[in-house]
This record gives sequence, structure tokens and C-alpha cells, in this order.
Amino acid sequence: MATYTLKVRRYQPESGEGPYWEEFDVELDPSLSVLDGLLQAKDRDDGSLSVRCSCRAAICGSCGMKVNGSSTLACKTQIGEAHEQANRRPDVPAEGGQIGHSTSGTSNPIVVEPMGNMPVIKDLITDMESTHWEKIRRVTPWLLPHGDPPEREYVVEPESMIDITQSMACIQCGACVSSCLSMEADPEFIGPAALAKAYRFVGDPRDAETTERLHDLAHDPHGIYDCTHCFSCIDACPKGVAPMDQIMRLRRRAEENGIDSDPNNGHNHMVAFTKIIEKKGTLDESLLLQESYAPGVKGKLKPTKGAIKGLLGSIPTALRGLKTGKMRSLPKLIPGVHPKLPGGAQDEVKTIYAHAQEHREEFNLYIKGEDGDEETAVAEGLEPDPQKETA
Amino acid sequence: MKLAYWPGCVSRGFTAELHGSMALVAERLGIELVELDRANCCGAGVIAEHNQELADTLNARTFALAQQTGLAMMNICSTCQGAQSECQQRLDADSAYRAHINEVLSGQGLSYEKGVDGWTNKNFLWVLVEDYGLDKLAEKVQRPLSGLRIGPFYGCYVVRPKHRLGYDEHPDRDLYLEQVIETLGGQVVEYDGARKCCGFPVITMNRETSLRQAGTHVGDALDAGADCLVTPCPLCHLNLDMQQPEAAKVVNRDLGLAVLHLPQLVGLALGFEPKQLGMGKHIASTEWVEERLASVAA
Repeated sequence: MATYTLKVRRYQPESGEGPYWEEFDVELDPSLSVLDGLLQAKDRDDGSLSVRCSCRAAICGSCGMKVNGSSTLACKTQIGEAHEQANRRPDVPAEGGQIGHSTSGTSNPIVVEPMGNMPVIKDLITDMESTHWEKIRRVTPWLLPHGDPPEREYVVEPESMIDITQSMACIQCGACVSSCLSMEADPEFIGPAALAKAYRFVGDPRDAETTERLHDLAHDPHGIYDCTHCFSCIDACPKGVAPMDQIMRLRRRAEENGIDSDPNNGHNHMVAFTKIIEKKGTLDESLLLQESYAPGVKGKLKPTKGAIKGLLGSIPTALRGLKTGKMRSLPKLIPGVHPKLPGGAQDEVKTIYAHAQEHREEFNLYIKGEDGDEETAVAEGLEPDPQKETA
Repeated sequence: MKLAYWPGCVSRGFTAELHGSMALVAERLGIELVELDRANCCGAGVIAEHNQELADTLNARTFALAQQTGLAMMNICSTCQGAQSECQQRLDADSAYRAHINEVLSGQGLSYEKGVDGWTNKNFLWVLVEDYGLDKLAEKVQRPLSGLRIGPFYGCYVVRPKHRLGYDEHPDRDLYLEQVIETLGGQVVEYDGARKCCGFPVITMNRETSLRQAGTHVGDALDAGADCLVTPCPLCHLNLDMQQPEAAKVVNRDLGLAVLHLPQLVGLALGFEPKQLGMGKHIASTEWVEERLASVAA
């Protein structure tokens, strides 16, 4: 048993006052959860402390909140670990705790806040309707099969469903939405939870509107090309859904389904980047800028309105670069002048590209596991036997 | 200390001052760098969203070139670290997949071996703290950065996802910039954006979101009293420094905060002059940093 201080961000709309911080000292075993701590404070100190919870076992997805600045489930976060996390820098309080140290004095409190990117209803309870459920409904989260339904259930090969098991693991807790740094800057972004849900149906062999779904998500300026690739949702998800990985899958599926234009120039950017490395081995930044906005400028020039706007918008930055000398050398100034890799190395890269034309394996860690398969590998002669080597 | 060195693309392109300052700093620290001049771009996560196997093979080639030197590998770009770690995680997880990728490389006399002699690929920041050591770094300081208020800016790719990036073994990797700043005699500025996204990955796709992210972080650091930011990621540098005047328009406020590359900050403390470290090439003026340092030295 140990004593912990929870510093909770509180808000009661009926009071007419703004949000404020309140500290609660709780006593419990370090292996118990932050949620257990909050419930003890509610029981012993203040019955009005409001928190949404149900199963206490990371299944129902009700108790999403921020602990020490990280979006998580309070029931899945051990209070002892949260205390250690808050005290990694003893002289600096955890995120959100900038307004003074714990009243108990010697250590930083565990900082508990409602989820981010959502309006707060009361204390730790957020309104998930506008930022989560509405976006989930936005991606048509049900099957759209064609033809008459079968007499009994749909029959599919088990292997064909494996790909979407990861996105099926979502429990709708909202932790990824809370952590999303794209949504923080662009509230209209469809967001990690809804896009992961979209992949669940894009990848489903029973669904007949895959291309339409992908077209819709690529053509929404706040869709798959609005993700800023920050990995926050991957760390926040308590169920290993890795929403950002699902968004990257959606981008690959969109390309495979022939969706080669979008208002964000996302597809053009990806193709331009990939082609430049084939030709040059390293990135020719000037060429990337040109090709992202106006692919094939030497041949047929078909930039979209958004592309022209983007290209014009980048001109002041380029001019400033010229002034300081950042862009004064020819390779930085003229797209395409960038040198290739030396001494046959470029041909080696091209060989890899030639192979990749026929090979697009997607190795899925969620399915294969991260611990490796060394025993099988040794048995099949793919790897040397470590025991033999040491012997 | 001798390391196989992958400088990345941007450090030899739009942020050439990063590659230049790294060379000076490495020499003064006594770190010998063997540059992998035949290695290719990490793909920055972009090639992987086109064809994951292509990205994995390209990075396996870079790892194999590094392993050929018999040395551990160092990069100076958070994005390289993240993109390469992602591919390495897949390659390391499954020997059959690794063998499949190595088959493509075999024609080039190359092969990536998992965990051979504890082989690692680390960002300069990780090398500095874990391998070089802060005590040794402290001994090399000739001009302590006393009084300089520095905001750390990590770049997403060295802080997330934690499991992939070795945080199980090194849980404090997201505090190393603070540790380095303090070792160099500087003062750490706490502000909201230190571990957030600079916005660079969507600069061509959603310019306004991207610039709002950059502008918000620079503004928050200024409000917290920062004299400058420091980052181990040249792509963050592009958005925070090169795009700063554009970001200022989006967040509708004056900015004007110097953004230093990690080797530049170390270089200043080792006694190099700002000009030697290429600080004049930045878009956001570094004059204020130079004035602060001069006033402390005087």
C-alpha cells in the first residue's frame, strides 16, 4: 500500500466557473489502476468527482482520459507506474501539471485530465459525439455487399479476414482521437479511429464498394492524406489497433485501386517521392516539390487548382532560401540536377525497384508477432542454429 | 569511437549546415565517422505507403552496407531513425521474410543479419547519451551555454512508437535533449510542443494544418521564454525554420525564433563559431542566440 496524489482537472458547467485543478491523496497498492485511485477519491473525498467507467478491464472502452499527458484507459494504467512516470524529472511536473507541485510536497502528482480534441461535459467526461461518433458514421461503418443476400451466412475464407482483425480490435475508447496531432491542428480531420474503422470495411472480402469507399476517403481533403504521420495514435491505442498503420494501408489500397488524383496531392507526392529515389538514390527536394504539385511537367502539365495554389505558396519560402544561401547551389535550385549515387550504387537501387514491381508483400507484425520465429527458421535451415554455433 | 554514418538526404540538401556541423563536432568529440556514400534514402515512410516491401528492401540494403564496415550505424535525422526502425522491426521479426529480402540483395553481395554483434542504428542524440556519455561530453565543453534558454524539439520519429524505438530498454530517450542541454550548461525551456508533430509530412498535402502546427509550437516556445529551439531532425527544421515566416502568417502572430540542429548546439558549446556551424544559412535569424552567448562570455 502506498499514498499517491492525483491532480485532477475538474470542470462543472453548472457552477459557471472555468476548469480548475484539484488534488486527491489516495492509498492503494501500486499494481492497482489510476481508475481505482479516482474511484477511491470519489468514494472517500468528493462524490461529485465525475468519471465514465464500467468494466475496469480494458474491454468496454469507457474510461479514456489523459494520464501525465498521455491518452490512455485509466483502468489499464497502473498507479505505481503512473507515479514513476510523473517523477522521471523530479524538478519538473508532468505535462499539464505546470501550476505547482503536489500539496504532499516531496514528489510530483499524477496528472489526470479529460481526453483531448473533445468538448468536456463534466470533470473527466467528454462529449464523444461530434469528434468521434459522427466521424465513425462518416465512413459508412457497415457492410455494403452487392446482389441478393445469401440464404444463410456469408461464407469467406478465414485467411481473407486475417488482414482486418487488427482494425476489428477497436473498442471505441477514443484514446487515439484524444492523442491525434492532426486533429489538434485540423478539427475536420476524419481522424484515426474512423479511418481505422474504414479499413475494417475496405479490407472485408464481403464488401462490394471498396473502390467507392477509397475514392471517398481520398477525395475528402480531411481524409487519408490529412494524417501527419506522428504515431501518437499508435502509442495511445490500448488494443494494438495502430490506427496510423491502417491509414497507410488505405493509401496503398487507394493506389492499387487506381485512385491517382486527390485534392491534397497525396498520391502525386507519394509517386514523385518513390520515383525520385529510383532515379537518384537520395532525395532531390526541388524535384519533389515540382513533381508533387505538377507531375510530368516536361510532358503533360495537368496541375489541379490545389496544386497551383500549393506551388505558388511555396515560392516565398524558396526566395528566402536563395537569400540566406540555403538554396544557392544548383542541385537545390534546379529540379533534376541532383547527383545520382556513385559507382554503380544507383544500379543496385534500380535492381531493387525492378524486383519490387512484382513484389508488394505486406508483412503484418500484428498477425506474425514481434518475437520472431527463430525455431522454425532454424528447422527450415533459413538461419544458423545458435546452439550449434556456441557449441 | 568509430561509426558507420548515414547522413540522410535533407542534411546534404536543404539543411547542408547540419551535415557540415556534424563533421566538425564529430572530429572534436573524437568520433570517427565512416560515411555510407553508397546508401539510399530511407523512404521517410512515404515509399512504405506505396510499397512496404520496397521500403524494407531499400533499408535492408543500407543496413547491410553498414554491417559490411563492421561498425554500428549512426544517423542524424529523426525521420531516418523512425523509417529505418520500422523496416528493421519487420526484418527482425521473421527469418523467412528476412531471407526473402536478402535474396534480392544477394546479387549485390549484401546481406542484412539480425542482431549480429549487437549491431544498432542510432540517432546522434542516442549515441551521445548512451554510447559517448554525458560525463565525457561535459569534459569537452569549452563555452558553457549559460543563460541560454533552449526549447527541445524531438521530432515524432524518435519518440513514437515507444515499443519500436527501444524505449523498453532505454525508457528516457524522450528526455535526452533535456539532458544534453543541461550538460552543455544551457537552461531547458518547458513548453507544450516539445514532443509534438512539426507538421512537415503534410506540408504539400495540407499546407495550412502543417503551418499551423509549426507556428503553434514556435509560438508556445516563445511564450515560455525560449531563446531558441534545438532539434535532431532536419525535416522538423524545414518546417520550424524554413517555413517559419509562412507559419507566422497562419497563426497570425510575430515569430522569429532560431531553430538549431543538435550538432550546432553541441558545436557552440565545444567552442565553434556560429558561422563555422552554418547558422547564417537559417531563415529564422540566429543573431539573438549569438548575442546571448556573447553577453554571457563577456
